[in-house]
Amino acid sequence: MNTHDNPALDLASALPVHTDELDLLRSRLAERAGHDGLLDVAYRTIDTPLGPLLLAATDRGLVRVAYEREEFEQVLDTIARRVSPRILRTPARLDEVARELDEYFAGHRRTFDLALDHSLSAGFRAEVHRNLPTIGYGRTASYGEVAALVGRPRAVRAVGTACATNPLPIVVPCHRVVRSDGSLGGYVGGVEAKTTLLTLEGAA
Amino acid sequence: MKQPFENAIDAHGPTVLRVCRAVLGATVDADDAWSETFVAALRAWPELPEHTNVEAWLVRVAHRKAIDVVRANRRHAVPTDELPATAPSTEGVPHDGDPDLWSAVAALPERQRLAVAYHYVGGLTHGDTAELIGGTADAVRRAAADGIRALRKTYASSATQEGKR
Repeated sequence: MNTHDNPALDLASALPVHTDELDLLRSRLAERAGHDGLLDVAYRTIDTPLGPLLLAATDRGLVRVAYEREEFEQVLDTIARRVSPRILRTPARLDEVARELDEYFAGHRRTFDLALDHSLSAGFRAEVHRNLPTIGYGRTASYGEVAALVGRPRAVRAVGTACATNPLPIVVPCHRVVRSDGSLGGYVGGVEAKTTLLTLEGAA
Repeated sequence: MKQPFENAIDAHGPTVLRVCRAVLGATVDADDAWSETFVAALRAWPELPEHTNVEAWLVRVAHRKAIDVVRANRRHAVPTDELPATAPSTEGVPHDGDPDLWSAVAALPERQRLAVAYHYVGGLTHGDTAELIGGTADAVRRAAADGIRALRKTYASSATQEGKR
């Protein structure tokens, strides 16, 4: 902000505030906010073989996993509008999720054992999202098979849309849904990411 | 407010800390006032109107929290026979090698300090500052000008000393 009428002495920059001091205050604030029930959404980012991922959780569980190409700022804006704007970067709250994802990427984990908050899914899409974990590790299913699985065999396109808007990719394995001709189809994290995941699981 | 609260901390956390330190000194009291400000802000955040000037709003909250911290400390004050050490004198030659601008701000008379903190650090208009601390906008403007002149003197001399080292 440079609306201050004093070019000779820019007090804001002349009065130092150190990053580590602010970090300490921020982590104390997050702790206090959690304690007072004011922290609705905690988030952090982690590094993975697929690039950075954003993880966000509510009291009920993991609510969002996002790829960098989805643009983290926009992802947070959407969470603010649809879940709550009381969002704080609170890495510790997501340690368990980060650990399970690390294990998954290292090939040591086949299923996730995490509480999930499906607030960002609704209607038919939500039903698809809830059913995706029935496709086991290392297996794939076609969009048509998933449509049949949720009792709407003709809703193949809608299943495609549901997969493309999965708020919890990787954990809710939409990457295991492929075209009936065996080609990969699209993916929220990009086709390369889909290939990497299926290769990791030994399915490609 | 529909923006993620985290954005407000990123954008205004440092400013609010400077304001709290300018008002209360660079002490744990200032850290407490910072925390109380952001806890109160987080509580109010979802109901805050979208067009709010967030920085100015936070500075006003910080003002109230700083007063709370001062009052709480007074309540907990322990009477003693000895007078507490007072702020360094601004008369004579200021010493101790490292003339730090934070201590220069702390040494300003209260009204000058508040006028400087809320206007030059927190970005409030003199009118807004007057509403917070009382008096007229003109009086606040004079206090801010006197304060900044005193600081410029200290800052200039410290900058010169740095240059000579």
